[in-house]
Amino acid sequence: MSMATTTIQPVERENYLNKEYGVGSWLFTTDHKRIALLYLISITFFFFIGGFFALLIRLELLTPTGDLVQADTYNKLFTMHGMVMVFFFLVPSIPAVLGNFLVPLMIGAKDLAFPRINLLSWYLYIIGGVMMLHCMLTGGVDTGWTFYTPFSTAFSNTKVVEAGLAIFVAGFSSILTGLNFVVTIHRMRAPGMTWSRLPLFIWAHYATSIIQILGTPVIAITLVLVVAERTLHLGIFDPKLGGDPLLFQHLFWFYSHPAVYIMILPSMGIMSEVFACFSRKRIFGYTFVAFSSIAIAVFGFLVWAHHMFVAGISIYAALVFSILSYAVAVPSAVKVFNWTATLYKGSIHYDAPMLYAFGFIGLFTMGGLTGLFLAALGIDVHVTDTYFVIAHFHYIMVGGALMGYLGGLHFWWPKISGRLYPEGLARLAALIVFLGFNLTFFPQFILGYLGMPRRYFQYPQEFQVLNVLSTAGATVLGVGYLLPMLYFLWSMRYGKPAPDNPWNAAGLEWMTSSPPTTFNFEKEPIVTWEAYNYDELDAPHKEEVKVAR
Amino acid sequence: MFDNFPLWPERASTAAGNVDALFIFLLIVSGLMTLLIFTALVYFAARYRYRRGVLAEQIEGSTPLEVTWSIIPFLVFMAIFAWGAVVFFKGRTPPRDSTEVYVVAKQWMWKLEHAEGQREINELHVPVGRDVKLIMTSQDVIHSFFVPAFRMKQDVLPGRYTVAWFHATKPGTYHLFCAEYCGTQHSGMIGSIVVMEPAQFEAWMSGGTTGPLSASGEKIFAELGCVTCHRTDSQGRGPNLQGVFGKPVQLEDGRTVTADENYIRESILDPGAKIVSGFKPVMPTFQGLLSEEQLNALVAYVKSLSQPVATRTNTAAATPQVNSKAAAAGSQVQ
Repeated sequence: MSMATTTIQPVERENYLNKEYGVGSWLFTTDHKRIALLYLISITFFFFIGGFFALLIRLELLTPTGDLVQADTYNKLFTMHGMVMVFFFLVPSIPAVLGNFLVPLMIGAKDLAFPRINLLSWYLYIIGGVMMLHCMLTGGVDTGWTFYTPFSTAFSNTKVVEAGLAIFVAGFSSILTGLNFVVTIHRMRAPGMTWSRLPLFIWAHYATSIIQILGTPVIAITLVLVVAERTLHLGIFDPKLGGDPLLFQHLFWFYSHPAVYIMILPSMGIMSEVFACFSRKRIFGYTFVAFSSIAIAVFGFLVWAHHMFVAGISIYAALVFSILSYAVAVPSAVKVFNWTATLYKGSIHYDAPMLYAFGFIGLFTMGGLTGLFLAALGIDVHVTDTYFVIAHFHYIMVGGALMGYLGGLHFWWPKISGRLYPEGLARLAALIVFLGFNLTFFPQFILGYLGMPRRYFQYPQEFQVLNVLSTAGATVLGVGYLLPMLYFLWSMRYGKPAPDNPWNAAGLEWMTSSPPTTFNFEKEPIVTWEAYNYDELDAPHKEEVKVAR
Repeated sequence: MFDNFPLWPERASTAAGNVDALFIFLLIVSGLMTLLIFTALVYFAARYRYRRGVLAEQIEGSTPLEVTWSIIPFLVFMAIFAWGAVVFFKGRTPPRDSTEVYVVAKQWMWKLEHAEGQREINELHVPVGRDVKLIMTSQDVIHSFFVPAFRMKQDVLPGRYTVAWFHATKPGTYHLFCAEYCGTQHSGMIGSIVVMEPAQFEAWMSGGTTGPLSASGEKIFAELGCVTCHRTDSQGRGPNLQGVFGKPVQLEDGRTVTADENYIRESILDPGAKIVSGFKPVMPTFQGLLSEEQLNALVAYVKSLSQPVATRTNTAAATPQVNSKAAAAGSQVQ
């Protein structure tokens, strides 16, 4: 798209970045945009820690025997990879960074409803993160990110309590962010910004927030119970103390399954924005896409026991959770169909965000379809707890959520930083990520069906070829992730200054300056148009549209 | 590295064919869905790429289309669900007259004991062409008994029994994996299932043994004095255990439960939990006094009281089929 042809501002205007300088102005800020940047820096830090663990895991699995690290070390590596990536990267990623930055801008508000609580949620995240780092540096934890009992409460000799409490604290950060979004979306929409005019990004974040508010307390309570059983020997989950280990799994997955939707729904929101902008069209079936987010949030709470088909639940419970799991697949399929249909008769541009969006569709479709395999009871018996599951959820959580996050970061980077990123390099990175991802995780589907169990530190020799392919892919993927970090950093100093609306995109966030001022808009906007009014934006007489603003 | 490089797992049980058939069906269905979406994406992406002066055509959406692409996938999903449920149901319901093997898992070892008394570690010998039922429990954490060539997996829990079964169809040696993470040597908690021709198996079975498991159970039953209350007439302070296994039991609180492996286990470890109608809660607990192996022997003994070895097939035929099914389901519910 015509990035360069739009006018470049010669003098830097006052904005949220240059208004104040100094550490204090950042650490005590209540500006949602600055808090978003604080989150961006901190989750990127944790992403690279989690990625480093992943790299060590893949290196260890190059050979069938354990040679790079000890068995106990390996167990800690995959545990902390999971905990860091899930609780300290994926769950906060899109909501806390892009959501924080964009929710007020998109609905025409000055800030979130509770700016101080927003800052508090970042501090809670940091306290939880420091506790997690402390846990890792003092020995780490080896229970798997799933904390299954009675292993975690009675048998593991590692820092289970520390890890549990770290996640407990970080959980409150997630709850408060969700609460803030719900109140903001209800109460602070600009005049004329009706529910049916909301960008689908907002609908997705609304649905996500509901899950965060309702689901996160359950994992918090569950972890407290694990800590209580481990330290006080209260019999809750350990059968030796009269407890029930399956109770733990029910409670754990009651949060941790919906948590997948905390990761993927915001990413779906980004997809809707990107597909609309780069095909210059209103999203196909706006209402269906909006309500499918809500449907996913609701149904997402009713499918948790599909993680437990071979855990020892009854056949009849398994039947119920299998059928409900298929129900939740429908709204996801509907979204994919609608995004595809949006391209029809569009005017499609292939900038980096759109490449990520295409990548998202490809990988999410694969992830979703392999979910159908796992929800089929007869197949699940064979493939659960194997690399098939690992591949499946990485296709959803990395192929889906992370592709969306990167796509969104590129899309809104001009708004966030006020600079343009190098487009050619960005397209290259998107391609590398896509290829590297598939090379890493596709072989794992085959490995899983062959029967290689997950969390294996050594494995029979016949699994080696596929593991080597996977490790090779991981190194490619690593390069693909390093590139954006480097050129984003580069662009903050050397990138061309961004115009206010480099993509000529619809949405209130593009109608203010890049980067925005502290209170986002010079005066409160009044919305008189529908979402994704690309017909008006692309109309030959663009000036008339501007007047209507 | 390339000497042994399979892309499809071996198929060595009756369940394997069922699972593979459904898996291939799903590969085809999802292949078609992928093809549909990717074709549309690629076609639209090429056909409607940006051209100077050509504006996008705004389309609001289409309710009929939305309904179509909600309902058709839903119907396809329901078909997959139904097929998956049938395969699952078969795989979870051990046939009557299965040969029984008791499995005790511990960090990081599989201990297996045949009903006939043979004991094995990390290796299980079974004959080809016979139904084998596994009655499994764990001494410590959760493990999972996974035989990829049989497409069979079942978590093994401490404090209760879970049940699985298979019917091997091809002689050979197959991987046995622990599939539920269980600590340091999780990936070392592996073994093999040796499937033998029946004649070979008989020869293997005739090796040294201390006698059938139920006989060891009978000895423990006598040693612990169980026999003083659980008499073979109706005069005992505890219920007569003859013929109890697999039958519904009327409880003091009005409920009815099926006397399956888990019920007998619970009644030994926590006798007050389910009192049989007409009896008093006078039995002491044996929690902590019995090893998992001794418990298995006792359970095997109580079961043998319902199925005299000599007339096993006759008795089993007389037992309504619904009971064994309910027992299998019940043993998982608990």
